Amino acid sequence: MRVATLFLLGAALVVPIGATRADAPPRQGWGEPLTADELRPFDITVFPDGAKLPPGSGTPTQGEAIYRQRCAWCHGPTGVEGPASRLVGADGFFEWSDPLRAIRIVKNPVLALSMGGQWPYATSVFDYVRRAMPHTAPKSLSNDEVYAVSAYLLHRNGLVGRDEVMDAKSLPLVLMPGAARTVSAWPLEGTGRAPSPTSEKAGSR
Amino acid sequence: MEQRPDERGTARWSRRALLTGGGAGVVAALAGAGRAARAEPTNAVPPWMRAPGGPDEEYGRPSTYEAHVRRVRRPAPPERAVMSSWRTPLEHQRGIITPSGLHFSVHHNGVPAIDPSAHRLMVHGMVERPLRWDLEQLLRYPMVSRIHFLECAGNTGANAVMPMPLQAGCQELFGEVSCSEWTGVPLRVLLEEAGLKPGASWVVAEGADGGSHARSLPLKKLLDDAMVALFQNGERLRPSQGYPVRLLVPGWEGNVNVKWLHRLEVSDRPAFTKDESGMYTQILEDGRLERFAFTMEVKSVITRPSGGQLTAPPGRPTEIAGLAWSGRGKIARVDVSVDGGTTWHPATLGGPVLDRAFTTFSLPWTWDGKPALLLSRAEDEHGVVQPSRSRWKARYAAHSYNHYNAIQAWAVGADGTVENRYA
Repeated sequence: MRVATLFLLGAALVVPIGATRADAPPRQGWGEPLTADELRPFDITVFPDGAKLPPGSGTPTQGEAIYRQRCAWCHGPTGVEGPASRLVGADGFFEWSDPLRAIRIVKNPVLALSMGGQWPYATSVFDYVRRAMPHTAPKSLSNDEVYAVSAYLLHRNGLVGRDEVMDAKSLPLVLMPGAARTVSAWPLEGTGRAPSPTSEKAGSR
Repeated sequence: MEQRPDERGTARWSRRALLTGGGAGVVAALAGAGRAARAEPTNAVPPWMRAPGGPDEEYGRPSTYEAHVRRVRRPAPPERAVMSSWRTPLEHQRGIITPSGLHFSVHHNGVPAIDPSAHRLMVHGMVERPLRWDLEQLLRYPMVSRIHFLECAGNTGANAVMPMPLQAGCQELFGEVSCSEWTGVPLRVLLEEAGLKPGASWVVAEGADGGSHARSLPLKKLLDDAMVALFQNGERLRPSQGYPVRLLVPGWEGNVNVKWLHRLEVSDRPAFTKDESGMYTQILEDGRLERFAFTMEVKSVITRPSGGQLTAPPGRPTEIAGLAWSGRGKIARVDVSVDGGTTWHPATLGGPVLDRAFTTFSLPWTWDGKPALLLSRAEDEHGVVQPSRSRWKARYAAHSYNHYNAIQAWAVGADGTVENRYA
């Protein structure tokens, strides 16, 4: 009985110290807590349902002026000329009737692919322009400018009207031709709007 | 002009061979004669045997006589492209390890000059504890070393889309694959330290380059065998390979092995980043777009002899040798044909045969001096075999070039030249 009491006393003395330690985050490795302020400047990934889209807005008309100034030098006056990736159209800068098509694709494969024809979600346009464009000055556009450029590119692809406002609400609702053509080699069930490989039969060239 | 063995066992090289040889360096190296400017051996004791040698240096380099063994840039300057591909001289590689300075690289926004003291790795999203690490902290973890190949999804794309075979060699056609020993921290350790929330199933990995390259990856795979790599072939990563830290995703297309890794956002769905929306997808035969086909399937190539080279002269024993790899596991066997696939001979696999690593193979061969069509066909431990080109093409649209792994054919002419051929 005395021994048991001593054990209980001992336990009572130890418990408060243990409880204090349990209040602090467990430290099983060398990572330091990442604060919201530290993360904020880098937290730029936008998801297909519009999650993480920032405030702001822009129209194709506004975007056209920015495009001419900041984008056309690489992507061409209308977004199809290159040398950087084709932004407008279906499956290619190089027409099927072009006898040198294959050679041109090998020389510059990015011109065989078009954002308008292949990308499944409009949110990806905002995400990529904001993180990586213009090529020589990435992350230099304001959120309003990124919305405007995205709106212009979608308009050039015939997907939004000339004066349609693109913002965090409207951008995820734009239906992209690439979505219906998508089939995934990795199962995407339960992952937002992405179609599953088995259910996806629609879509053609 | 026929090639004939001369007294030193080398050969006179036909004009055609020089024209198709892809540069005199390749031809000369193959002839065993070194650079074209080298002196002929004489009976005199050479000068380096009559004087003390020179000093060594702090960081060693290959012999100046091997200066032709280097990466090539595609597209070659002055052509303008925002994206550059630096290809490995695969035909010069012997053994399974690619020297770090020769490892292929593809950059979408150039090579950033990262100061490691200012670099952080962040984990956030669907985790209990968002965390960050600096390099000193990462270097304190127990590390693992693995030998794995890395292959660009677009490697050998020219053979996928060109109606006629592009006359080029291994470096041009196959040079977007390399193999290194990678050392780092299993990603599982860092993710578990942060604590995964229920429902977490994808991770968006992002680099600290100008374009903030990003790819969405299934959490299951990352927990299984992905690594936060800090070392390549025993030294810290080269800037071209992601210094100071990169993601290594064994067996999966190069583009997801995010270089200059600085952020991992745990999610329950993919983000459909630029490369999973467009360039790193495949256009199927019916026009559908196949996404998230991560695994680089079983593939092989004969590197000796290969396109642009000259075969050794006929009549004496040499070998047909090459490299095989599979993103699913170990190489089980490689068969070689010298008659365009009519008959096949099992090649000998050189050791070590490792999981998702280059595996060397060879077959003794004495060329009879007649035209031959050399093929290699690899099979991995899961029984997956390389398809023929026509079978591969049947699955994809005419202009789809990613994940090309069809059986490669090299045609040996009567003059000993070797050309790319579709078989």
